[in-house]
Amino acid sequence: MILLTDSDIQAILLTLRLAGVVTLILLIIGTPIAWWLARTKVWWKSPVGAVVALPLVLPPSVLGFYLLLAMGPNGPVGQFTQSLGLGLLPFTFWGLVIASVFYSLPFMVQPLQNAFEAIGDRPLEVAATLRASPLDAFFTVAMPLARPGFITASILTFAHTVGEFGVVLMIGGNIPGITRVASVQIYDHVEALEYMQAHSLSAVMLIFSFTVLLFVYIWQPSAKKWK
Amino acid sequence: MKIKHYLFKPLLPLIFGLMLFNWSSVAFCDEIHIAAAADLKFAMDEIVAEFNKTNPADKINATYGSSGKFHTQIQQGAPYDLYFSADIAFPIQLKNDGFSASAVIPYAFGRIVLWSASMDASKMTLDNLNDAGITRVAIANPKHAPYGKRAEEALRAAGVWHKIEPKLVYGENIAHTAQFVQTGNAQIGIIALSLAVNPELARKGGYWLIPEQLHAPLEQGFIITKRAEGKPLAKKFAGYMSSKTSRAIMKKYGFVLPDETSKD
Repeated sequence: MILLTDSDIQAILLTLRLAGVVTLILLIIGTPIAWWLARTKVWWKSPVGAVVALPLVLPPSVLGFYLLLAMGPNGPVGQFTQSLGLGLLPFTFWGLVIASVFYSLPFMVQPLQNAFEAIGDRPLEVAATLRASPLDAFFTVAMPLARPGFITASILTFAHTVGEFGVVLMIGGNIPGITRVASVQIYDHVEALEYMQAHSLSAVMLIFSFTVLLFVYIWQPSAKKWK
Repeated sequence: MKIKHYLFKPLLPLIFGLMLFNWSSVAFCDEIHIAAAADLKFAMDEIVAEFNKTNPADKINATYGSSGKFHTQIQQGAPYDLYFSADIAFPIQLKNDGFSASAVIPYAFGRIVLWSASMDASKMTLDNLNDAGITRVAIANPKHAPYGKRAEEALRAAGVWHKIEPKLVYGENIAHTAQFVQTGNAQIGIIALSLAVNPELARKGGYWLIPEQLHAPLEQGFIITKRAEGKPLAKKFAGYMSSKTSRAIMKKYGFVLPDETSKD
């Protein structure tokens, strides 16, 4: 039986909003990075690729710790946002967005990069012989061909942001409706020994995660026909 | 198959080495694991260090965190031998549920303080939290952290809760709360006196002791868990808590001992 309180629903809606915003932002900044990584042959491609992949291996506490210091009143980011009159980012929704953009970056870039690499040079060369500019070729040839990659990348980014916990705990401040996402809400329920409520919300998360992954795996075969 | 073989062979000495290492640490000295509330961080580290001076062969591993989390973990069979809770209600419940091998032993009363890393909080009171210049106030999560519950009580008793609630940010435990204030992300916060008197934190800003009439007492207690029933070291360390040395350390960190009355 699933019983959700108002604050549980608030946490779920906040989580979906955060994941949605992060996915949109990463689509915009992740696509050029992935395209560049897939096409370039410069020697510093590997270091850039490694930096993009860092959040896969870094403990969230490391990222949370650095972000807390950097976005604090004495950190470079904090001084910059204060000089703009924006105040400090920790304990705000947009602070979480920025942290999540870092945290989920590889989940957007890597599937996209794979999709772009799978297209190969041939379709783009053909487009060039038909007098398509590189930008034209990207939007009319590469993007449609990489569509399965875009879908996989977006779903994984969205899902990974939903599953975020450590970074949010470190810079969020657990404010209802602003930074108290579903994972933190579950943690609070468990800490307060409210196992029934923890069960309900956890079940929702479990069903959600399974459905997302199932969708991604069902989608995979259709991605293959483009190779 | 071949690949597996290649991978495994160089690892063999390492595996045997690790096994030997593990075995030796079990065989030659006694070892216990302590779960302690985050407010004990500095005091307990010092008590363990003193204990090791006279008992160099014994190994005490202390883990600090929120009392509520440890309560759940011990219920689920976590390998802790002693459990020090910032709220005596948790160990009492564990005792009632059969997870304790000892009586619930009260060891201290905690106090809360207003502390800031950038302002001199010793010249402030809870009313100052209304100031427009203060935009973020950190407290521990009142839902499950004992120090957070008392902070909320004090803010309500002082009549400022409703005005400052929008400014509140919540730490997972009291040490996490202090970290929000120490990094300046919250200008001020309500933390444990035992943390505020630590030199690391006392160097900056200042603290104001919140009158104890404003909140219920923070009675703290510990137990020897069921799994440590036959461990002499668990009993020995439990006894050491009431030694002169331990009591002096606890007092130094601002804890009020159970058989002494508070000063104010």
